[in-house]
Amino acid sequence: MSYLRPLFRHPKLPTNKIGYTKKEYEGALSTLCAGCGHDSISAAIVQACYEMSIEPHHVAKLSGIGCSSKTPTYFLGNSHGFNSVHGRMPSVATGANLANRNLVYFGVSGDGDSASIGMGQFVHVIRRNLNMVYIVMNNGCYGLTKGQDSATADEGSKSKSGSVNPFQAIDLASLAVELGATFVAQSFSGDKQQLVPLIKAAIHHKGFAFINVISPCVTFNNNPGSTKSYDYVREHVEATSTVDFVPEKREIKAYYDEGTDTLVTMHDGSYLHLHKLAKDWDPQNRISAANALQKARAKGEILTGLLYVNTDFKELHETLNTTKQPLNTLTEKELCPGSAALASINAGLR
Amino acid sequence: MSSTINDFVVRFANVNGTGSASANFLFAKAIFRMGIPVTPKNIFPSNIQGLPTWYEVRVSEKGYLGRREGIDLMVCVNPQSMIQDVKSVSPGGYFLYDSTKKLAVEYIRPDVNYLGIPLMEMCNAEFKDPRQRQLFKNIIYVGALAQLLNIEFEVLQELLAEQFIGKEKLIAPNIKSLQLGMNYVQEHFTYPLPIHLERRNLIGERIMIDGNSACGLGALYGGATVCAWYPITPSTSVAEAFENYANELRIDKLTGEKNFAIVQAEDELAAMGMVIGANWNGARSFTATSGPGVSLMNEFLGLAYFAEVPAVLIDVQRTGPSTGMPTRTQQSDIQLAAYASHGDTRHILLLPSTPKECFEMTAQSFDLAEQLQTPVIMLTDLDLGMNDHMSEPFEWDDSYTYNRGKVLTASQLNDIGRFGRYLDTDGDGITYRTYPGTHPTKGAFFTRGTSRDEYATYTEDGAAYKRNMERLMVKWNTAKNMVPSPEIYQKKNQSHLGVIFFGTSTYSAEEAMDQLREEGIFIDALRLKAFPFNQTVDDFIQSHQTVFVIEQNRDAQMRGLLINELQVNPAKLIPVLNYDGMPITAHTIATQISTYLLQTTPQTNELPAAII
Ligand SMILES: Cc1ncc(C[n+]2csc(CCOP(=O)(O)OP(=O)(O)O)c2C)c(N)n1
Ligand code: SF4
Repeated sequence: MSYLRPLFRHPKLPTNKIGYTKKEYEGALSTLCAGCGHDSISAAIVQACYEMSIEPHHVAKLSGIGCSSKTPTYFLGNSHGFNSVHGRMPSVATGANLANRNLVYFGVSGDGDSASIGMGQFVHVIRRNLNMVYIVMNNGCYGLTKGQDSATADEGSKSKSGSVNPFQAIDLASLAVELGATFVAQSFSGDKQQLVPLIKAAIHHKGFAFINVISPCVTFNNNPGSTKSYDYVREHVEATSTVDFVPEKREIKAYYDEGTDTLVTMHDGSYLHLHKLAKDWDPQNRISAANALQKARAKGEILTGLLYVNTDFKELHETLNTTKQPLNTLTEKELCPGSAALASINAGLR
Repeated sequence: MSSTINDFVVRFANVNGTGSASANFLFAKAIFRMGIPVTPKNIFPSNIQGLPTWYEVRVSEKGYLGRREGIDLMVCVNPQSMIQDVKSVSPGGYFLYDSTKKLAVEYIRPDVNYLGIPLMEMCNAEFKDPRQRQLFKNIIYVGALAQLLNIEFEVLQELLAEQFIGKEKLIAPNIKSLQLGMNYVQEHFTYPLPIHLERRNLIGERIMIDGNSACGLGALYGGATVCAWYPITPSTSVAEAFENYANELRIDKLTGEKNFAIVQAEDELAAMGMVIGANWNGARSFTATSGPGVSLMNEFLGLAYFAEVPAVLIDVQRTGPSTGMPTRTQQSDIQLAAYASHGDTRHILLLPSTPKECFEMTAQSFDLAEQLQTPVIMLTDLDLGMNDHMSEPFEWDDSYTYNRGKVLTASQLNDIGRFGRYLDTDGDGITYRTYPGTHPTKGAFFTRGTSRDEYATYTEDGAAYKRNMERLMVKWNTAKNMVPSPEIYQKKNQSHLGVIFFGTSTYSAEEAMDQLREEGIFIDALRLKAFPFNQTVDDFIQSHQTVFVIEQNRDAQMRGLLINELQVNPAKLIPVLNYDGMPITAHTIATQISTYLLQTTPQTNELPAAII
């Protein structure tokens, strides 16, 4: 158990806009290893949803199989969750989203889950621009099956059992950019300041929002050689931008220094305020995002922040032109053409 | 061959991709329009273009719709398969061929009547465009057949007019081609042939449609809103039919928005995942596939069974194992489907025999899946799915409402204490579920494939796991009385012989029972419509000494399922099998049954009392 949440809550806990305390966004107690990066990500999700005043029951949280995929139990206890099968969360999320377009969909996956067994589904959910937040808790190894290398493990790195990984690592963020994901971000589980606004922005993004979060496995992959260890990440992060998420109702203009800032408009009219660190960083340029990721990789650096966003693409429902009313609320009245239509179908078959 | 009216088999040998399919269908449909029972079957290879393909039409005054061996009239338009086609004609039968080129001696059989028509020559004289030459060659032979067999010209005209609505320019050359064929026959042969047609009134209100289209329509009427699928023969046309009907009937006229979503998934794993996700979230969702796809869906089917998520899967069976013969028919996914996935898993199976049942059972499958919160698998096959069949017309009761099963609303949640997703409150093994987003603080639960307690909380406690597995069996027993009951065909004087069949073996089985009766062998029959088997099936087997089980696979899979589920003595169930990829015939069934009876009954001159 990684942390013991105190049972006592102060009676005057602060509440958000819709009157909920943070407690309403928490889940069951975690059973992951103490110090597991995944728990910090769960906490960031709780924080983001609380700060955004999202109705917890308007969230559906889905996952595959793995330590990471267990986390939906540990956040948003008042939301429905679905722990599906290994690597196949994207398809379940697709079906769920098709059934009801009005909920917020959180998909949580591991690097084993997404980059190996589930690679096909990962690729295709991006291709369809499903409106969801897809978080990979990337530790470069298989946590739940005790430390084997995953497809994102660094070439030449040693697994806990001592075997050396002979293969290249798959870089999920690069891949997502390459595949045309409409929102791609990268962060580190230990960097709440950056992660929380990124999650908030991802929720607001209408389309597929991917966040690759380096999340060290303290038990199996916190080795000095691994680029997914705490020490390594702390030493080698390069942030693309400092991110601030601004809900639409706030006055924003006077708030920022000119020259170094970019405002990214989200679909719902809210803005993402980016404070550029890197020179000429344009999160709306896919080519420069791809290039920057490649360059950082060559230098052994990990780029974090919002790497790429594009709000011009249609999400899946828009592409399919489905009715605005959630499909799961339609009744026989809308769905069944009735006996008269059937009689004419029969007549056409004689 | 004796002169037979309305009782013969015509086979067409064509080249894949030459437009023969619509000409052949025109022929079959014309017979249907003349009020005579007819059943066409595609016999096609697994390739796209250029190789031999056959189409077989059985005409049966008595209304037998199963396949029958023996070819009375072979229409050979494919030189590639000619040697084999000549051989396949029954003695005394007819062989219609393109006599533009002289027939070589090796194709001549003394016991076959040859009808040479210079199809190519006639076509070349009439049409300049090469594509037209190819297409109208087919229509010319239909014209010739019309004259030879007595098909009414008006009927053909009427069908062409219907087919080319909006493309009226095409009607004239089609009519012209028909006439070319008819004229040639008038000038060169005695007609009609001894085998020919006479108008009857034996069709009534019946329609002609393939099983896959019927399934697609059934899904639409059953309220499916999400269809996720991956192409595979012979199931592809289920999703295509659903899409076509939905585009016609489910689009809002004002906004153009769709009351459905169809996704061609990246594979069958994803297709089943989407179906499960959508059903979990309260939308009726289905997929259609065939054996290899079901193999891939196993993991998800196990999840849906254990996590208790509804799902509808239409499995149009083809010949296995593995790729087998992809375009041939079998009933060989029975055990795979019944127990799909590892562990103690079992699934509801529905076994339609006709397009009407495809329509009804598909519509009903959504109710069953939601009521039982479990996957429901429709087992049809290539023969039913991809061939046109005469069928009773579809019916729909407008007062019927969908049964969405035990789903709690927000106000119901307010009225109860603690919600337990897996609490068997009603004692039928079926628990209550909630859709995501229902209530701010109550009713949310975690769906998972791992063991949990009655409140959906993860647990590896053995006792909780056992309780859950046992409740799933209670639910299974409840299902026995919810699935369609078998149909029993039993005369007053009950025989001690019984036969069990299902799905597409039905037509041939019924015909075989008639044939056996003529030999003095009376057998009671039961047609399975679903798995789990209910008491009726058990009683039927118990009350007969010997029960034949007719099926189209090598390993007698349904017999195995019966033995396993009903604890019957295996010696009592005698397999009657066909597994060459072609639909089973009455002859095959009758021969296997009478051979068995001859071998097992003491030989006397009289018919043994035992089989009367
Ligand atoms: C079909 C299937 N194959 C294998 C497994 C075993 N398995 C469970 S979790 C896991 C790997 C999880 O690794 P990752 O997705 O990286 O998540 P982490 O545990 O590291 O967070 C594997 C291989 C499984 N559950 N299902
Ligand atoms: S094994 Fe690794 S990934 Fe799994 S809970 Fe422990 S630290 Fe986290």
